[in-house]
Amino acid sequence: MQLVYLLILLPLIGFLVNGLFGSKLSKTVSGWLGSLVVLGSFAISTKYFLDFYTGSLAAPIDIKAFEILYFQNISIHFGILVDQLSVLWLMIVTGIGFLIHVYSIGYMHDDENFSRFFAYLNLFIFFMLLLVLGNNLLVTYAGWEGVSLCSYFLVGFWYKNESYSNAGKKAFIVNRVGDLGFLLAMFVLLYYVGSLNFSDLKAEALGGNIPSNVALAAALFLFVGAAAKSAQIPLYTWLPDAMAGPTPVSALIHAATMVTAGIYLVVRTNFLYDLAPEAMQVVAVVGAATALFAATIGIFQNDIKKVLAYSTVSQLGLMFLAVGVGAYTAAVFHVITHAFFKACLFLGSGSVIHALHGEQDIRNMGGLKKWMPITFVTFLISSLAISGIPPFSGFFSKDEILAAAYEHNIGLWLVASLASLFTAFYMFRLVFLTFNTNFRGTEEQQKHLHESPSLITIPLIILAALAVVGGAMGIPEVFGGTHWMKNFLAPVVASGSGAAHAISHSTELMLISIASIAAVVGIAFAYFRFVKGGALPLKDGEEKGLQKVIYNKFYVDEIYNAIIVKPLMTLSSLAYEIFDVLVVDGVVNTLASITYWKGKQIRLLQSGNIGFYLIMMVLGACAILGITIWQL
Amino acid sequence: MSLLMNIFQEIPLHNYLFLSAILFCIGVFGVLLRRNAIIIFMSIELMFNAVNLLLVAFSTYYSDSGGQVFVFFIMAVAAAEVSVGLAILVTIYRNLHSVDIDELKSLKW
Repeated sequence: MQLVYLLILLPLIGFLVNGLFGSKLSKTVSGWLGSLVVLGSFAISTKYFLDFYTGSLAAPIDIKAFEILYFQNISIHFGILVDQLSVLWLMIVTGIGFLIHVYSIGYMHDDENFSRFFAYLNLFIFFMLLLVLGNNLLVTYAGWEGVSLCSYFLVGFWYKNESYSNAGKKAFIVNRVGDLGFLLAMFVLLYYVGSLNFSDLKAEALGGNIPSNVALAAALFLFVGAAAKSAQIPLYTWLPDAMAGPTPVSALIHAATMVTAGIYLVVRTNFLYDLAPEAMQVVAVVGAATALFAATIGIFQNDIKKVLAYSTVSQLGLMFLAVGVGAYTAAVFHVITHAFFKACLFLGSGSVIHALHGEQDIRNMGGLKKWMPITFVTFLISSLAISGIPPFSGFFSKDEILAAAYEHNIGLWLVASLASLFTAFYMFRLVFLTFNTNFRGTEEQQKHLHESPSLITIPLIILAALAVVGGAMGIPEVFGGTHWMKNFLAPVVASGSGAAHAISHSTELMLISIASIAAVVGIAFAYFRFVKGGALPLKDGEEKGLQKVIYNKFYVDEIYNAIIVKPLMTLSSLAYEIFDVLVVDGVVNTLASITYWKGKQIRLLQSGNIGFYLIMMVLGACAILGITIWQL
Repeated sequence: MSLLMNIFQEIPLHNYLFLSAILFCIGVFGVLLRRNAIIIFMSIELMFNAVNLLLVAFSTYYSDSGGQVFVFFIMAVAAAEVSVGLAILVTIYRNLHSVDIDELKSLKW
C-alpha cells in the first residue's frame, strides 16, 4: 500500500535534486537521475498493472491519507485511488515519460539549462501522477494545475525568445478558462452532493441521488475544463502555439500525457455524464467538430511540428467524440495507441529538427530517408498507425470510435471519417515532403546530415514497435479477439450506456473497410500529388482564396485577438491610466508628500542643542505635574 | 533604634519636605544653567537624592520600611546608571576634548 507513495514521490525527489543541485551535477548524472526516477515509478506502475492484470488485485486501492480541508460538515482528504483506469494512465505517463526522458538526454545535450529541463520534466511527471492518482476532484485539480504550470515552464523553456515565452503564457492563460469550469464543477458538486470523492460521487450517482440538472451542470463545467486542457474548440488555440517548447516536451506533454487529462477526467466522471445525455451530446458534437476542423487546418501547415500539433488536436477531438457517444473504452484505447504513435511522431520530428539544426519548415526538407533510415522507418510506421491502416494500432482504436459514432449518429460518423481521411492525407504529405524526393535545404545543412545518436533512436524504435502491436489490447470480436481492454476497464465504466455493440458484425466489417479505403485514398492522393506530381507547398503569401484562409488557421487567433484580447488590453490600459495612476498612485503620493512637508517643518525642533532639550524636558515635566494637580 | 526614630520624628515632617524641595530645585537649576556635562551629572544626582530623602522621611514617619527598601534599590540602580553615564562622558571627552554640552550639536536632522 505504501508503494504507491513512492511511485508519486520518486519524480518529486528527482525534481528536488535536479532543481536544487542541478548546476553542480554533470549533465550525464542529472539526465540519468531524472530518467531513472521515472523508471522507478514505471517499475512500480508495472507492478500495480500486473496485479490488476492477473486479477490478484481486483478491488481498487482507495487510501484516505490526511485531511486537507474541513468546514461545516464537509471534509476533503488527500487521497489516492489506484484502479484499472488510473493504472493504464500510470503506464503511459511513466513508460512513455521514461522513454522521452532518455530521448531528452540526447536531444538536449547542448543546452546550457540541461538540469533545469530535467527538473521541470520530473515535476511534470509528479503532477501528472497526482492528477491520475487523486481519489477526489480536489487532488486531481491540484495535479491539473501543476501540469499547467509545468507546461508553462517548458513551453517557455527558451524564454529569451519573446514569442516562445508568449506561447507559454498563452498556454497558461487559456487553461485558466478551463480551470474556472473545473472549479465551478467542484462547487456545484460540493453544494449539491457534499463530496468530491470519486467513489462517493459514483455511489450517489448510481443510487439516483444526484438530480439530473445538477449532473448536467457539473458535467458541462467539467467539460469546459477538459476542453481547455485537451485543446478542444473553442479553447484549442494554445496547443499549436505550445510547439515553441523543446520537441521532447511537445511529445510528452502536448501529445501523449497532459492533453489526454481531459479525456481522463471525463472518463473518470462518466457516471455524471450518464446522468446527463445533453452534456454527452455537447461533448460528442464538440469533439467531432474539433476533429474535422483541426484536420482541415493541418493540411496546409508547413511547420513539421504544427502539422503534428493540429493532428493531435484532431485526434483528441476523435477521443471526445468517443466519450460523447458513451464509448469510454474506445476513448481510453485511442488515448493509449495515440500516445504511442504520436510520441513517436513528435520524437521523430525532433530527430529531423536535430539533424537539420533547428529547421522546422518542411519546404526546406526532403529526401531525408537516405540519411536518417531509422527515423524514417519509425516515422512511417507511426504515420501508418495514425492513418488507420491495418494492422497497426491506430486502426483498431479509430475503428472502434468510428463504429461507436456510427451507432449513435450517422452524421457524427461522416464527420469523423472525413477527419480520418484528411489525417491520412496530411500525415503522408508530411512524410513524403520530409523523407522522399530531393533535399531542398542549403548545402551546408546537407553536409551535416546524419542519423541521430542511439539515445534518440532507441526510444523511437520502442515507440514504433508499440505503435505496431498496441492494437492487440483491443482486437474486436469481429476479428476473433476478445477485446481485452473492454473487460479490463469494465469495473470503472460499467455504468449504463457502455452498451454492447448494437451493430451487426457485417455492418462493422463494412465500416472498417470504408475507413481503411478512406485512409488508403488519402495516402494515395498524397503520393500522387507530392511524389509523382512533385508538388510543393506554396511559399508564404502566395496562397489564394480558401487555401489562404485555411493556411491562416481560419483566422481564429486573429478573431480571438480582436474580440477578446484587444478589448481586455484596452480595458486594462484604461484602468491603468485612470484608476491606477490617478487614484491609487495619487492617494499614496499625496499622503507621502503631506508627510514630507510637515516633517520638514517639525524636524527643525531637533536642533541638536542639549541645553534646549533639557529645558524642554523640565518644562514638560512641569506641565505634566501642573495638569495632574489641576485635575485633582 | 526606637529612640533614634523618636528623635527623628520630633523634627516636623514639613522640614524634610522643604529641604528636599530646595535640593531638587538646586538640581534642576544646575541642570538648566550649567554647561559642563559633569556638573549637570552631579546636579542630576542631587535631584535623585532629594527624592530619596523624601522617601526615607515618609517611610520613617509612617513606620513603613518599604520606602527605605526602595531607596536602597534606587541607589543601586543609580550607581549602575552613573557608571554608564560617566563612561559616555569619557568617550565624549576623548572625541571632543571637552565636556561642554554646547559642543555636542552634531546629532540633529
